[in-house]
Amino acid sequence: MSLRETGAITGVGETKYMRGTDRTPLSLQLEASLNAIRDAGLKPTDIDGLIPYGHGAVAEDFITNFGIADLRFSATTPMGGASAVASIQCALAVIDAGICKHVLISLGRTGYSGGRIGTRVQQMPQFRTIGEFEMPSGAIAPSQLYAVMARRHMEQYGTKSSQLAEIAVTTRYHASLNPNATMKNPITIEDHQASRMISDPLRLLDCSLESDGGCAIVVSAADRAKDMAKMPVIVMGVAEGHPDSPSAITQRPDLTTLGLAKAAPKAFAMAGVTHSEIDVAEIYDCFTYIVMCQLEDMGFCKKGEGGSFIENGALGLNGRLPVNTHGGLLSQAHMAGMNHIVELARQLRGEAAAQVPNAQIGLVTGYGDMGDGSIAIMRRA
Amino acid sequence: MDGYDKLVPSPTPDTQPYWDGLAAGQLRLQRCGDCHTVRHYPRPVCPSCYSMNTEWIDATGRGTVHSWTITHYAFHPGFKGDLPYVLVTVDLDEGVRMQSQARGIDTSQLRVGLPVKIAFEKVKDDLTLPVFVLA
Repeated sequence: MSLRETGAITGVGETKYMRGTDRTPLSLQLEASLNAIRDAGLKPTDIDGLIPYGHGAVAEDFITNFGIADLRFSATTPMGGASAVASIQCALAVIDAGICKHVLISLGRTGYSGGRIGTRVQQMPQFRTIGEFEMPSGAIAPSQLYAVMARRHMEQYGTKSSQLAEIAVTTRYHASLNPNATMKNPITIEDHQASRMISDPLRLLDCSLESDGGCAIVVSAADRAKDMAKMPVIVMGVAEGHPDSPSAITQRPDLTTLGLAKAAPKAFAMAGVTHSEIDVAEIYDCFTYIVMCQLEDMGFCKKGEGGSFIENGALGLNGRLPVNTHGGLLSQAHMAGMNHIVELARQLRGEAAAQVPNAQIGLVTGYGDMGDGSIAIMRRA
Repeated sequence: MDGYDKLVPSPTPDTQPYWDGLAAGQLRLQRCGDCHTVRHYPRPVCPSCYSMNTEWIDATGRGTVHSWTITHYAFHPGFKGDLPYVLVTVDLDEGVRMQSQARGIDTSQLRVGLPVKIAFEKVKDDLTLPVFVLA
């Protein structure tokens, strides 16, 4: 038994992404959700399953605002930035079990105007361990916690900051082509190297944005998906993976391996595709280093070879593996990776702002909570 | 009240002996009462044999640098006056790791394998934090 091709992404929706808003996260989440539901050609009352992001609207908000009369399933997947893609697995499982036909996965946040990420993580239960043993010493924010992984990778494999810069530069270029990106001024490797140090070795331009907005997708049962408004994007393989020592990075036997290393082989096996068949990849990019590490953990190159893999524009639209064609969390907006799923669906439908020609098969990853990983491999119908 | 404006831990009965040890100038680690595997950070169950019998040992406080980061931005206002500060991840001789600020280590000296040892900083009446210095 497998979740292979049991469902499809049938609707995607976003708000305008902003750095500054008076709106509430709830209204942003509901607007994006309505956009996704319309994109799917559905009515709000057709939604029978809800997996909202862990911090924001709850099922009751959707029932109240949408008048859903018979909601059959609701859950959250508390994996930080890995939640959005992990929610696809959760949605397909309840679809495969016959519980739901159309599951709405959504997020709304005021990451710029409201509570900043560094403040939010201090309050999350997943961070209880480091809250007691590391935060009092001043290890507080994700950039600090992840910097020790990047430093270890650099010391162990000779990876350079200028190689990580390639990711920031390429992603910014992609954002410059996207009308709904918040950071569009192109940057160079020199700009990256001149940007101020935040958590050495991570510089400002290695870090993702804090953004205001909403983002949502609809996952529908395969038998329904073929008769809907847009071309369905079929989920071929999906998996989540949790790293060793998930509650404290510093205790992890290998600092340079993430939970995605456990998930990726399962997703590729389920999908029945090889790496060379992936036309486009939307890879969770809270920090540049995390993109490179995931490329290794998925097997696009060997562990330690990520630095050379990404050199010379390899991740550009005409590169060996086009990555984060929407501008990602680094330059489009930080929507916790929900926007990566939206972009993959648009690429495979052929309606992306920066379209990879003839994209047939692609993947999307999530990463969060200090190492949790998730991955979905999809194809156009 | 005491003017200390940084983040403070909230010890539990499972972790209190660790903090009591620091206050007494001693790094204490949990060891399984059955299979004797040392574990850190403190937690209720041994990951090797699932025993909940726990004893506390006095660690040597010595180890080597596994990785590090230098913080240049104050993610909490209480740390603004400390910038930049070095956080070292240390492989302790007992086979577990911990992370704390470094003291008296020039950033040009930082390398994987650098020998360090623990020191203790009493930051307020009821809180002593570990730091690492050159061994």
